[in-house]
Amino acid sequence: MKKPSSQTRVARLPSRPLEFAIESLIRVLGFSAIGFVTLIFIFLLTEGLPAFLQVRPGNLFSTRWYPTFDLYGVLPLISGSALVTITAMLIAFPMGLFTAVFVREVAPNWAREVLKPLIEVLAGIPSVVLGFFGMTMLAPIVREVLGAPTGLTALTGAIILAYMSLPTIISVAEDALDAVPKSYRDASLAMGATRWQTIWRVVVPSARSGILMALMLGMGRAIGETMAVMMVTGNAARMPEGLQAILKPVRTMTATIAAEMGEVAHGSTHYHVLFGIGLILFAITFLINLAVASMMFQKRSRGGLR
Amino acid sequence: MVKAQVRIQEVTYRYGSRVVLRNVTLDIPANQITVFFGPASSGKTTLLRLINRLNDDISGTSLSGHIYVGDQDIYAPGVDVPSLRRRVGMVFALPLPLPGTIRENVLYGPKLAGIRSRARLEEILYKSLSQAALWDEVKDRLDDRASALSGGQQQRLCIARSLALEPEVLLLDEPTSGLDPISTAKVEQSLLALKEHYTIIIVPHSVQQGARIADYAAFFLMGELVEHGPGVQVFQNARDRRTEDYVTGRFG
Repeated sequence: MKKPSSQTRVARLPSRPLEFAIESLIRVLGFSAIGFVTLIFIFLLTEGLPAFLQVRPGNLFSTRWYPTFDLYGVLPLISGSALVTITAMLIAFPMGLFTAVFVREVAPNWAREVLKPLIEVLAGIPSVVLGFFGMTMLAPIVREVLGAPTGLTALTGAIILAYMSLPTIISVAEDALDAVPKSYRDASLAMGATRWQTIWRVVVPSARSGILMALMLGMGRAIGETMAVMMVTGNAARMPEGLQAILKPVRTMTATIAAEMGEVAHGSTHYHVLFGIGLILFAITFLINLAVASMMFQKRSRGGLR
Repeated sequence: MVKAQVRIQEVTYRYGSRVVLRNVTLDIPANQITVFFGPASSGKTTLLRLINRLNDDISGTSLSGHIYVGDQDIYAPGVDVPSLRRRVGMVFALPLPLPGTIRENVLYGPKLAGIRSRARLEEILYKSLSQAALWDEVKDRLDDRASALSGGQQQRLCIARSLALEPEVLLLDEPTSGLDPISTAKVEQSLLALKEHYTIIIVPHSVQQGARIADYAAFFLMGELVEHGPGVQVFQNARDRRTEDYVTGRFG
């Protein structure tokens, strides 16, 4: 064993205890963050899993949600969430992509400097404010223009959700477009392509995986949203049926949990089912995140392109 | 003197206050290989890009003088830039296959130009890949992804892609800088065969490459055209001291 020279030992000793303390502190904080996540997950499991044991699958996966009569069919809630989220993406994705293309490829420099911070401000609007906006401004429009019996419909929720996920979609898609090397554009232009042809045939396809990621992240944001959705979708736990469903009230998983959790008896079946819904929601967002992560991994291993 | 295919007349090009090209006048002969060479930032690549109007979108630049391709003043008002670019092909330093298959890469330009006939497209595909000396290597996998090709094949694919438009002029900016010697030799060979049909302007990646393939050569130094003339003369018997110093490796 090599003996450290006495000089270095003298020089380093005083800093050692401090060093050790800082290191331990960081370690404790780091592990506790992981610990809390694990505890939350365990809590969710212990409270949610009984739902799947206490309620027969035939009941749980039926189409009737009447907890007062022990009918716990979660399908209306899952399809309500799906309907609102998918509609929101149908609105937000094209809009977000076009906006990203405009900001990155078309807008002059000064417009880009104004637009980018504005889009980020959009992301910071509290959802309850958007919900309020939806109730007072958007709902009457939906009711009168589309002739729905009430303005609080799946469509209203979808529009608000689209608005909420736009900033995510725009900024992620814009980063993806930005990562396409200038030389790709040059190569396309040099062959007599116009700027639009270059954008649609070369730049956007090259940024495909990043754009897909933007969609998934936007979807993740939309499906977990609670407050705004609860305020504008009408919250009727009915199975959406046919195309007309879009103009009728629906109830999402998140809104159900938020609305009913305060009123259930602790430990009751209804209570466990609400946690079960949380578990389902968690599984869905987990799958979305997993898809995003695998896309990012693929992107990296292919050198950032395609 | 053979007919000039590209004429550059008193071109001065500024980027902000910096002069990138200073009063360059040069006639580029048809159906020959013209070499633009010189040390870094001598303006050679810029001049190449100007012939294709690729610098149009860069703000803060100004151009005076005229560039003619054939009889057309390409910076005159009202020139249709995409159709000019179809007449003047460009190959870049890095092989850059566009996303998609080999076939899609080659036919990208012709399809944009509005060619729809299946038979005509197949003919273009065969002809341009053959001219770029790539047909034999890829004929069985035209629908594979272009990114799966080797670097040398990708660069010849980029040449084929430009040829597919049957341009009058082919511009090449250090087309072999990323390639190994064998691939480089293949690209050079195909260029020598191509000059029969095309006017070729190339910025070589080394003086030696320039000397190997030049019919005509132009030496640039800090935005100035120092000397131009037949390749043999410029590379072996330069009139200007600076050209000789550069060619013999005393600087640069």
